Amino acid sequence: MKVTIDTAKCISAGQCVLAAPEVFDQRDDDGIVLLLTSSPPVSLAEDVRQAATLCPALAIAVED
Amino acid sequence: MTDTPAIPAGPTGADFPDYPMPRATGCPFDPPPSLRQLEAEAPVSKVRWWDGSTPWLVTRYDDQRVLLANQRVSSDTSNPQFPSFSAGYKKMHERGRSFVRMDDPEHARLRHMLTAWFTVKRVEAMRPGIQTIVDGLIDDLLAGPKPTDLVEAFALAVPSLVICEMLGAPYADHSFFQENVNLFNDRDADPEHGGQADQQLLGYIDRLIGARLTSPGDDLMSEVAGRVRAGELSREEAAQTGVLLLRGGHDTTANMIALGTLALLQYPDQLVILRETDDPAVIAGAVEELVRYLTIVQFGLPRVALEDIEAGGQVIRAGEGVLVPASIANRDAAVFPGPDRLDIGRDARGHIAFGFGVHQCLGQNLARVELQVVYGTLYRRIPTLKLATSLDQIPFKDNSLNYGVDELPVTW
Repeated sequence: MKVTIDTAKCISAGQCVLAAPEVFDQRDDDGIVLLLTSSPPVSLAEDVRQAATLCPALAIAVED
Repeated sequence: MTDTPAIPAGPTGADFPDYPMPRATGCPFDPPPSLRQLEAEAPVSKVRWWDGSTPWLVTRYDDQRVLLANQRVSSDTSNPQFPSFSAGYKKMHERGRSFVRMDDPEHARLRHMLTAWFTVKRVEAMRPGIQTIVDGLIDDLLAGPKPTDLVEAFALAVPSLVICEMLGAPYADHSFFQENVNLFNDRDADPEHGGQADQQLLGYIDRLIGARLTSPGDDLMSEVAGRVRAGELSREEAAQTGVLLLRGGHDTTANMIALGTLALLQYPDQLVILRETDDPAVIAGAVEELVRYLTIVQFGLPRVALEDIEAGGQVIRAGEGVLVPASIANRDAAVFPGPDRLDIGRDARGHIAFGFGVHQCLGQNLARVELQVVYGTLYRRIPTLKLATSLDQIPFKDNSLNYGVDELPVTW
């Protein structure tokens, strides 16, 4: 699984952090998404997909 | 054929159903039956709005997400075709507006000044303080008279204390801004009163900013004042931002606390789960489900199309108003099976009660923590909590932008 983020689209909603905290974090100064790993393990695949679905700014793309 | 002249349809919208629609008697948590009928028969269709205009009403979950994520569907109230909630709102937006009523890039510029305060990490750090507030208020409840009104004694107090501390506003002023926010949100309030409430709140926040300009602290309004000093924000923008936070920060959460408690009291099998658990995941799941089930932003999000947009087989033309009520989308059976049942064990995270797209609620994660602490504490500390009246005696906020109850008499 390959994850990419678009920080220009991110609105700092934090939904990705709630869904997959092992993969996503937020910058302290403005809450913009930080990608902790672009190739998360299979065990986190469902959480990452959930994060992409929940992202209100459509800023997360997931490729299998 | 008779020679009776036909009533002209179209411009007056005489053929379209009135919106909003009334809820059914005895079903205070469910969407109006006529809204459901529309969802089933004409999921994207025109309705008649208070001013005789005929905006589109979009009912289904998938269509709502697509529209709300589309930046060519505008939140800009300065657009003359924007479907304002009432004459009072229209006037208010003509005088001034916060960034939720703007589009990017202005919206993004102003919103980003605040986002550091609402990250998951930051609001998580507020949890112990919120727990202390909730514990203290429950101590007071238990030591006080019963029956009591849970709205006044608890539901309003929790978010008011939290947002006052965050903004740096004195809690002693809470009844002043609770009253004005109520007026502000009431579609029945005459435009004069609603406008005065808005001006009162703006004046109050502007004075607070003035004080923080000379003696800053470590609160949110001090940071806003700092941005005024640095020339990044005008004083007007700063005041509008402060009022938005004050309004958004307590009325919504207060309604969720009281209405959520009332809903749980109608579902004892669900209430018992909360009463007996200390598992944060169960409590967090319950919050998502209650937020979905109740979706208190009851009339929907107003927008205006900036270009022709296809939705649900219809074409919404540039310049046409659009109303997007998550209250019906969050009951979409294709997304939430058995949607009318409150089931705190379901995965309700996909709800769009906080909106969708770039305007999604700035304070959503703070709301989550507040509600997790409340729902995770109140029923454990007061396991015999019950209504001190019957459901049909409870006054509901049927014409306020945020649904809820005016009072909730409880005993234990």
